[in-house]
Formats: sequence, C-alpha cells, structure tokens
Amino acid sequence: MTRAMRSVTAQPDLGRRVFLRQASAGAGALVLGVCWSPDGGAVLASGSAAAAAFQPSVFIRIASTGAVTLISKQPEIGQGIKTSLPMVIAEELEVNWRDVVVVQGDLDPAYGGQTAGGSTSTPNNYTDFQRLGATARTMLVQAAAQIWKLPPGECVAADGAVHHRASARSLGYGQLVAVASTLPVPDAATVKLKDPKDYKLLGTRVGGVDNAAVVTGKPLFGIDVRLPGMLYAVYEKCPAFGGKVVSANLDAIKALPGVRDAFVIEGTANLTGLMPGVAIVAESTWAALSARRQLKVSWDEGAVAAQSWDGFATQAQALSRQPGATLLRKDGDVAAALASAAKTVQAEYSYPFISHANLEPQNCTAWARDGALEIWAPTQNPAAGQNLVASTLGISKEKITLHITRSGGGFGRRLSADFIVEAAAIAQRGRAPVKLTWSREDDLRHDHYRAGGFHFLRGALDAGGRLTAWHNHFVTFANRVTRDGKSVLQPGSGASLSPDEFPGRWVPNCLLELTAIECGIPMGPWRAPGSNVYAWVFQSFIDELAHAAGRDPLEFRLALLGERDLVPPTVERGLPYNAGRMRRVLREVADNSGWGRSKLPRGQGQGIAFHFSHRGYVAQVAEVTVSKAGELKVDRVVVVSDIGAQIVNLSGAENQVQGSVIDALGTLMFQQLDIQHGQVVQRNFNDYPMIGISDVPPRIEVHFLKTDQPVTGLGEPAFPPLAPAVCNAIFAATGKRVRQLPLSRVDLRWS
Amino acid sequence: MSHYTLHVNGQLREVDAAPDTPLLWILRDALGLVGTKFGCGIGQCGSCTVHLDSEPARACRTPVSSVGKQKVVTIEGLDPQGAHPLQQAWQELDVPQCGYCQGGQIMTAAALLREKPRPTDAEIDAAMAGNLCRCATYTRIRAGIHRAAEIAAKGKS
Repeated sequence: MTRAMRSVTAQPDLGRRVFLRQASAGAGALVLGVCWSPDGGAVLASGSAAAAAFQPSVFIRIASTGAVTLISKQPEIGQGIKTSLPMVIAEELEVNWRDVVVVQGDLDPAYGGQTAGGSTSTPNNYTDFQRLGATARTMLVQAAAQIWKLPPGECVAADGAVHHRASARSLGYGQLVAVASTLPVPDAATVKLKDPKDYKLLGTRVGGVDNAAVVTGKPLFGIDVRLPGMLYAVYEKCPAFGGKVVSANLDAIKALPGVRDAFVIEGTANLTGLMPGVAIVAESTWAALSARRQLKVSWDEGAVAAQSWDGFATQAQALSRQPGATLLRKDGDVAAALASAAKTVQAEYSYPFISHANLEPQNCTAWARDGALEIWAPTQNPAAGQNLVASTLGISKEKITLHITRSGGGFGRRLSADFIVEAAAIAQRGRAPVKLTWSREDDLRHDHYRAGGFHFLRGALDAGGRLTAWHNHFVTFANRVTRDGKSVLQPGSGASLSPDEFPGRWVPNCLLELTAIECGIPMGPWRAPGSNVYAWVFQSFIDELAHAAGRDPLEFRLALLGERDLVPPTVERGLPYNAGRMRRVLREVADNSGWGRSKLPRGQGQGIAFHFSHRGYVAQVAEVTVSKAGELKVDRVVVVSDIGAQIVNLSGAENQVQGSVIDALGTLMFQQLDIQHGQVVQRNFNDYPMIGISDVPPRIEVHFLKTDQPVTGLGEPAFPPLAPAVCNAIFAATGKRVRQLPLSRVDLRWS
Repeated sequence: MSHYTLHVNGQLREVDAAPDTPLLWILRDALGLVGTKFGCGIGQCGSCTVHLDSEPARACRTPVSSVGKQKVVTIEGLDPQGAHPLQQAWQELDVPQCGYCQGGQIMTAAALLREKPRPTDAEIDAAMAGNLCRCATYTRIRAGIHRAAEIAAKGKS
C-alpha cells in the first residue's frame, strides 16, 4: 500500500546550502549555478557550465546519478504536505517516487509564501507545482530529442527516463542532466500538463516521507534540535495575561546548580508577542526547570486580574438583552416574521475558551552571533517569526535566518510566533545557542486560545414548516490594542462572524448582530477558526427548527439549501457558496449512512450536519448510543467531502479526515478552560483531558466526491460538521438538546 | 551531582546528573536520544514511554537515581534495524500525522504484543489508554497493532 521512500531531514546545524552541497557530494555530483534568488522572482538554473545536476527551479534537482531531490517549502505540521506537494511535482516530472528525496526548505523568499494555515498549502501551490514538474519534464524530453536528433514529439518521459519507442532507445534523467542544463527554461504557462487520467501517483496511497524517521525516533522536531555548546532556557510569564515583572530573586536563581544566567525581559504590550517574564538559562533542561521551582516573582497583574469566565458569562447574558453593538446583516423584517410565525424557536448556545495543546510544547532554538540571528523553529508561519523578531528586537530581516523544523502538531497555534521571539530575546543575552522549552503548564496557560462565545438565537417557521426568520446575537471577545496610535478593539480569531456565514443569504428575514466583550485573554486561530464552533451552533439550531417543523432533518436542510447552485457573496471579500456541491455531499452521506432507513430504539440515534469552510464542502452523519445513565458511545461516523477534482495523497487525505473526526469528538466531549483572576485555571492533561483511544468511534467511513473544481486542502474542513452531527444524533436518541460545550458538563441521562 | 552508569539500548552509558533528574532529560539532553519525547512531565501523555527491564515506563516520572541496573530501551533501540513489526506496520499503514507521540505509542504497543501476541480491540484500548495522540491517529494505531501482530506471527511461522 505504501511505497518505500527516502527522506532527508536537514541536520539542525546545517543550513540548506550546506545540506545541498552535502547531498550533492553524496551523490557524486557538483552543484552548479544554483540560483538562490533573493528576490523570489527568478527560479532558473544557470546552464553556463558543464552540468552535474539539472536544476530547473529552486524546488527540483536531478543529479547525474538520476537521484531526484525535491524541496518541500511548506512547514510540515502533521498535515502531510511534505509528502503531498512533492508528489505533485513527481507526477508531472515522470519520476519514480522511490527515487525521490524530499528536503525541508528553510524560510527563503525564493520559495514564495511558506505559511501553513487555513488549509491553503495545497490550493496555493498545486498548479504551480504541476507546472514546475511539467517544465522540468519538457526540458528533459527536449534534451533527449536533441541528443537523438529527433523531434521532441516522438519522445516520451516515463519512470525517470526519456524513451523513443520506435527505436527502443532510452536515456535516464541522470544521463540528460548535462544537456538539459544548457537549455532555456520554457515559460511555465506554455508547458503541457498531464491528463489526470494518466496519473500514476496522485490519488494513490503514499506513506509520509518522514515515517521511517518517526518510527525510529530520529531527530525531526524543533524540540530535538541540538547544537554544540547549546544552553537550555525556560521562561516564566505572569499567570495573569500580560502581567509585568516587579521583582524576582534573580541572584538566588543564578546561584543554583547548572544555572548560567537569569534575567528579566521587559517585553511588549502585544498579547501575542514578547510578553514580560523571567528567563533562566542553564546547562540542561532539568537544571532550568529545577531552578524555576525556586523562582519567586512579584507581578503587577494589571486589570486582567478582574476577569473570569463566570464574569464573562454574566456579562453575555446582560448584553443579550440589548441590541448588538455591530449589525452584521439585516435582510427583511425579522421582528415581523417572528410575530407572524406559525412557530418560533429560541435557544442559547455557548462554548468555552480552549487550548491547542500541541503535544510538542512550544519551543525554539536561537543563536545570536555577530549581530545576526539563526533560528530553528517548529512553526506554521516562519515569516511571522522573522517579522516579529525583527520588529521586536530591532534586527533587520536579512540578518535573521530561520530553519523550519517539523512541528509536533500545529492546529493554528504555531501561526503565532511568541515562542520564537522569546527564544531570540533570550539568545541575544549570551553567545551560546539557546533552546527555549515551554513546560506543558506554560503551553496550556499561555496559549493564544480559541475564543469562547455565546449565541442567542431565534428562528421562525411558517405554517408549511419553512424557515422564514433567523436572528442571532453573537456575544464574543476582543482585545484592546493600539493601532496607528489609536486604541481599538480587535476581535479574537474565531470571534468575528461573516454576514454570509450560512444560513445568511438563505433566509428572507435575517438579522445578525455581534457584541464583543473586551478581555485580556490572548486569542489565536484554532483548527478551522470560527467554523469549529459555528457549525455546531448553526447546524444544531437548524436541527431544532427541523424538529419543530416536524420535518426530516435531511429533507429540511436540502429544502433550506434551495434550488440554486452558485450563491454569490453579498459582502466585500465574501465567498461564493456552491449549494449544489453541498446538496450532493448531503445526499451522498445520507445514502452511504442509510439515513432514516431503519427505526432505531430509544437511546440510539442518527444525526446529520454539513459545513462549508476552507473551500471544502463536507457533510457527516453520526450514529450514537446513549445509555440511560447518560453514557455516550459514537458508534459510526460517515463523512463525505468534496474538496475538488483531485485527491493528492489518498492515505494522507483519509488520515486527515479520520483525525479531524476524532479531534472534533474529543473537543466536543472534553475540552474546556476556566478563567479566574485573569488566568487559566487548568495546568496540564490531568485537568485538561484529551480524547484517548477508547473513546474513538469503531467505524469512521471516509468518502470523497470528485468534482470539476479546483484542488484544495483538508487540514480543516472535515472538522466542523462532527460536533453538530453527534449532538443532533444525541437529540434523536434521547430528546436532549446539547447547547453548551463540552459534553462532559451536560447531563445526558434519560428514562 | 551524582554519577550513574546506565544500561541504555544495550550499551553502558556514564552520566553525571542530579539524582532527581528524570530519565527523560538524561536521554534527551545528556545522551542525545531525542526519540523519547517530552509532552507533559507528569506521566499523563505517554510520549516519553521507554522500557525498563521490558516493562513500559514513563521516563518523565522516572528519576535517574531509581534506574539502577534496569535495562533501558528507547525507541531508538527497539530494533537494531528499525524493523520491529510495529515499525513496519506503522509505515505500511501510514499511521503518523505529526508523529510526535508515535515513538511512545510504539513502545507501549511493543510491551502489549510481548504479553498478548494477538490482542483484541479491547485489550489494545486498555493498554494504549495512557498514550495521547493529539492528531488523533487512533484508528490507525489500532489497525497498526493488529497488522504488527500479523507480521510478527508470519515471522515466527
């Protein structure tokens, strides 16, 4: 099922150039004319000398041995991009996957954008990567044709060689390196792409390129970086967000065994930047952690100390009785529609702040030398790290080298760069390289959290059971920040709502209002930001309306989606919504799950939900059993996704969907942070439980609908529909409607 | 600081460390065996699972002073060729996503397979309950253990 695959991880102490020199030396080749264009524009290899390697772009290198090295420019965070994007090149290049070595690229303008977020790595690069592979293949075919003195049209590329069938001649790519390197690089827009029906690699199941290293414990992750003379740091921040250091027992700490230095970092006011704190630098991680237990800091906690989750919830209730601070959408006359409705439904939904809880705690290694900084970071957003370090520490970006390591989970946490700027600030105080490691407690208590929220909903149904009005007052959270010298409220990630979010645009009378509670809790993107809770709230409330209307939840949803296919956006920067694609995934998931085909006994139920996010259309059906004692078992989940015309790596895609379903179930069941005195109460996995293997549904069925649509990513869109599908199934099983997360706080007993 | 002679992956290793230093940090910082991962530091996530005299143990909760003559095996030493049936099965079924927890998962599963060469789903769930996977690859972890059991059985026949 999987193929043998080699992957090389650049040693942490080697820059990319050094690595490539080594790689080429290992292959018995010389690198020539490697054009590391600093402006990111040119990607052409120089063909000015006798070539031992053919390098038609910064991403592709073919040695005279025939070895193919492909650069993975996107950060690998578990989404599988280090395998899937190089597969796109390999397909068009007509090389055997077993001959390919994939190397992680550093942050480099020559590679273009390198942020892994918003499930964009695939859609942003897919077509370019096809053309990169096709360009190189075209040149290799031309090279063979030139050698054979034949028209290129008579030569075909396959299996890492060019063939002339009529004369039964073949030249391996390695043999074509010298000639190919002398050819001009054609305009990528003119090269002929393969017909997808001829694909040999794309759409098959390919194992991750680093799997062999993963299962044998090789150094891969940021936390695994080791450098000669490296020191180890920890960083204590105020438990109340943004609190400043008044004093600390630094002299006592510096006298402890193994401690090299301890100092205060003043930090900045940016809640997701360099926060104030105390750094301890030691000869080992344990020496640093041990010394930290003796650390006594007096903090100025500031106004945040008055904030608590209970206080926020009370505020939200009071705000819900007033008009929203911001009017997001107003279609028709909601008040009139509610007044004349055959039936109305009213409900409040709420969910807590939650943490990303990457299993690899935040960490970063930095080395300050000669006014420059070299950084090794497990990051989803290397450019943000470079930018934050440059702006905070006053170092020009050109003097900051950033090596992207594998990340032990992303989920949006590593789009932030706080841990990078902390390591850089600590490293600047000394000459040695320093690895900063956060404890689990640091990670849980200094995250940039998924915002909590409250939705106060009303809906109206006419005598025919049609949805005629939808009113949502969304009470959410914002931070006060200074922008262009002005103090403004900045909504948290996932704390703003598009007026076009479904069912906006579909209900004739629609009123969407938003009020943000000002808070000092740092917030950041969390896997499928916004969508990860909006799908639960809106698809649950739609279910309430379907039941109130006495209609089948699937039929009610199909009717609500209507007859139109492409529904245009109604706001600036809004997205078109292809209701036709959504109806197809809904019908398909109903077919595959046997929706409504059998009458289930009390305590068992099916639930259905759909959501559009990150360019993906996904519908899910969950089947659950709830015991009379209120114990939930999710027996089966069926997922149908439409993410376009081509699944790149079928194994990776299935893995993402399976993982999204289980991650979403764990989030639904367990995840919750309490906030008291401006601090997160939970400390570690003992009071912030994560889903384990025994809660995993025994059947998770993954289907993809191929459509004639652009290829897109799958790190996020399969996550949002799970929670409403399960909660709707719980209602079908028990008559209990879940309106508060997580489930561990909800009494599901029935009799 | 005290001096310890540890038996790690079939070799004797000398280290100087404070007696309360968790084996985890001895392995990672002093011996450069970074396959054993730090996840929580309180024995809740299983990322640091190693074998002590063939029994799975949490290296983050094992002070170096308590190791004594016990034989320590880490993910790097599980199989000389990196071809333990679990390591084969994990690659065959493409189990990892981020991969951070997988060394610990494999070490716990290896101890399970030694006790129960053909475990049931329930036995797998019970044995693996203390190993978190944040990417939630549990479906494939379960399948991977079954597949490894098959590979091991074939190897013996």
